[in-house]
Amino acid sequence: MTTEETGHLPEPPLLEVDGLFVEFRTRDGVARVLNGVSYAVDAGETLAVLGESGSGKSVTAQAIMGILDVPPAVVTGGEIRYRGENLLAVDENRRTEVRAQGIAMVFQDALSALNPVFTVGFQIEEQLRVRLGMTRREARIRAVELLDLVRIPNAKRRVRQYPHEFSGGMRQRAMIAMSLALDPEVLIADEPTTALDVTVQAQIMDLLAEIQAERRMGLILITHDLGVVAEVADRIAVMYAGRIVEHADAVSLYRRPGHPYTAALMESLPRLDLKGAELNTIKGLPPSLLNIPAGCPFHPRCLMAQDLCRTDVPTGHRLGLGRMSACHFAEELVRSV
Amino acid sequence: MSDSLTAEPILEVRDLVKHFPVRVGVLFKHTIGHVRAVDGVSFDLRRGETLGVVGESGCGKSTLAQVLMRLEPPTSGTFHFAGRDVFAMRGAELRTLRRSIQIVLQDPYTSLNPRMTVGDIVGEPFEIHPEVAPKGSRAAKVRELLDVVGLNPEHLNRYPHQFSGGQRQRIGIARALALRPDVIICDEPVSALDVSIQAQVMNLLAELQSGFGLSYVFIAHDLSVVRHLSDRVAVMYLGKIVEIGTEDQIYDHPMHPYTQALLSAVPVADPTVRGQRQAIRLEGDVPSPVDPPSGCRFRTRCWKAQEICADSEPELATRGGHPSACHFAEERSVVP
Amino acid sequence: MTDPTAAAAGSTATRDSESYVIAAEHVEDVVAKPGKPRSLASDAWHDLRRRPLFAVAGSVILLLVIVALFPGLFTDADPDLKNLAHTREPPSGDAWFGYDLQGRDVYARVVYGTRWSLLVGLGAAVVTVLLGSVLGIFAGFAGGWVDGLLSRIGEIFFGLPFVLGAIVILTLFRNAGVSGALPIVGAVVASLAVLSWPVAMRIMRSAAIAAKQQDYVKAARALGARPARIVFRHLLPNCLAPVLVYATIALGAFIGAEATLSFLGIGLRDPAVSWGVMIADSRNFVRVAPHMLLFPAGFLTVTVLAFVMLGDAVREALDPKMR
Repeated sequence: MTTEETGHLPEPPLLEVDGLFVEFRTRDGVARVLNGVSYAVDAGETLAVLGESGSGKSVTAQAIMGILDVPPAVVTGGEIRYRGENLLAVDENRRTEVRAQGIAMVFQDALSALNPVFTVGFQIEEQLRVRLGMTRREARIRAVELLDLVRIPNAKRRVRQYPHEFSGGMRQRAMIAMSLALDPEVLIADEPTTALDVTVQAQIMDLLAEIQAERRMGLILITHDLGVVAEVADRIAVMYAGRIVEHADAVSLYRRPGHPYTAALMESLPRLDLKGAELNTIKGLPPSLLNIPAGCPFHPRCLMAQDLCRTDVPTGHRLGLGRMSACHFAEELVRSV
Repeated sequence: MSDSLTAEPILEVRDLVKHFPVRVGVLFKHTIGHVRAVDGVSFDLRRGETLGVVGESGCGKSTLAQVLMRLEPPTSGTFHFAGRDVFAMRGAELRTLRRSIQIVLQDPYTSLNPRMTVGDIVGEPFEIHPEVAPKGSRAAKVRELLDVVGLNPEHLNRYPHQFSGGQRQRIGIARALALRPDVIICDEPVSALDVSIQAQVMNLLAELQSGFGLSYVFIAHDLSVVRHLSDRVAVMYLGKIVEIGTEDQIYDHPMHPYTQALLSAVPVADPTVRGQRQAIRLEGDVPSPVDPPSGCRFRTRCWKAQEICADSEPELATRGGHPSACHFAEERSVVP
Repeated sequence: MTDPTAAAAGSTATRDSESYVIAAEHVEDVVAKPGKPRSLASDAWHDLRRRPLFAVAGSVILLLVIVALFPGLFTDADPDLKNLAHTREPPSGDAWFGYDLQGRDVYARVVYGTRWSLLVGLGAAVVTVLLGSVLGIFAGFAGGWVDGLLSRIGEIFFGLPFVLGAIVILTLFRNAGVSGALPIVGAVVASLAVLSWPVAMRIMRSAAIAAKQQDYVKAARALGARPARIVFRHLLPNCLAPVLVYATIALGAFIGAEATLSFLGIGLRDPAVSWGVMIADSRNFVRVAPHMLLFPAGFLTVTVLAFVMLGDAVREALDPKMR
């Protein structure tokens, strides 16, 4: 994406995904999970990757972290550049170095992401000792500091406890603490609050925002929740069937969505502050990735679909500074009232 | 959502309590405490209305659903359906009651028997209650039900795994509808579905309500979803109802601090209100239902807590507008 | 998405790749075969047919069944015909597997012995599974003290040492004067079943407990279904898979166990001459007439292997379909 497309300054963004293609070789065929995904995030910026299940948003994150199961996953094209360096072209050692120290990840389910047989303290300290060469004492002190940072009360006691002794919200905080241990520059949060109660969710999102601001980290927030996105995102990339269908800054996106899918998603949400009679729905179902429709992948469900949409895959239409939409009629959509 | 609300409530719940014993021991188990999942809940449901029940995990709303369906025996309290005492019913009488109150469950992937065809699943209510439909007419009724919930009636020979999550949920709704109940308890019916599918199922539930004259108890944790379908809303915390009122009253004029905090925490899909909302953030976690705090259960996380809150438990009483359970109930608008 | 049979099954290798293809489970109305309903059983069958393991094991077993039912197709010789002139002769053109101590054609005996070995295996598997399943599903569904009692009883039987227990039981039968081919087979089947039913019970019990907690059972109870309906319509069909896998593998194991018992002299005997009996007979002549041991032992090994392979293939075919 060029400068006009992303609205970024000429130096390379902190983390950039460029034209990523990933396939899954399954027994039933080849699933085209990612079909040319591109997005970027800078220091101090929050990029939200919005999509439903099957859109490919988590797979992209896993590809960035290098934790995809290969096989059955195969990266068939594109680059992932961290500070200009293509991670897909480097050796495993460098990849491991970048992982956690450059780019760290926080998952949805802390209970399965944390190892149940080791204490939380051990899991944090291990990273510090192995990667930064700290002594046990130094590591322990730092671990307690990190737990304090994420506002876990009684950090000194908690550091010796096991994951199952924490409540859901606290486990998530512990996972965030773990991810910050090596001072990463980019944090990827994959549905970090989906499994949490709404009051806990609010606490965690506040925490993430604070930490990000303090450390000037780039934050990639992967979610399906339009509400959460509206509250924290600077820029938003909307994904559908393994493609980015729209890319814009948060205010513009919500004011005037430039892609029918985005528009339809917003209209189908029940809103806390609005009460309507009937919700507009998106008819049909997301496509099977084994069998993505020809042309625009959204056309079977799109109210605006024309003949062109059935045959031609839409390329990114520029809608202004830093705005892109992969729809043949993007301009019309944005201009319409 | 309804237009006709008659005075006589169709459901009356009074002081419902459900405690689960915590048992330890290998050979001879003994009880060391109780999980006080539902600890004194009272409410009415009027014909044709939807009562939303919201709360976070551990508040007891799912247990409430189980007890109302008599899937779990109550510890104490009363429950009347159209004036009849449900908890006193046994055997055939209870079975007959089941024709009037049904349930839609949360998980579309485990709520349908994978070994049965969809036709069998939706037709099973007729097998259990043969007096409702004579054998010859059952197939037609099953088709009709599938059609009503928006599925192709020709698919009744298919198996659940051949359907998507949203479609499976529709099958579950068709099954609940088969005996033409008066009340359907919806236990988180859309929580496991994708956002774009949630809207479809919610519209369906609304349609069915007006089409069949149903009354719903709609249990969910998503406040926006609940608002959309409910006439009245009850907010639960640690086994008790802390506030109850019309949807308007609860969302626009909340009185209980917990309700206010809950509403404040729900993200609003509008970036322009960022920073404009009053963010009420609760500290800490929900206390354990085995050992709830004395007096008001919410006091450990409440910014208004005083001594009286620890000494005496506030009753659910009308304190200006609608009932809430707080010594210092005060209206505060939180939703922009 | 949990399924009770996943508890008994092992392999989840294919699961992970399919879990990424999440959108694939949003099956469009038009599936690969429009209008053709595919139950999980038929899905499993289609999967099974494609596996080489199944094809090989299945063919071997099919062949053995034919041999058991129609031994006359495979040999003209009389397995009981004794001719001391040929005693312990090695394989030759006349007798492919040679002759045994009493001059009987080993090949013919192996062929005719197939039916007894298979019969014991099948009989023991069926009785064990029936007995274990009934008790298991009852224990799993009823819970409480019923479950406790049955489980403790099962544990007692499970604790009995196999060979010792078999010796005791079969000696009792022998002393009671059981004779004749089918009664002898019955005695052996009974002893195997008595000592093995706890395993089947446990499998069925845990499957039943897991199934009982599924939401569809809740829904059935909410509809007012009586316990019988819940057990037969909802629990049983969903608990069959792990038991089926066990039964298949156990069949092979029982055939081997029968050989052990016969070797010890307490299993089958004349007129029900199985491979195990033949192996027992060859005991003293292994060095001078190895063919007397090798051929029945070879058939025994191949048969047991075939059943184990079949059980493996069945388990894999059933496992990833459980969604």
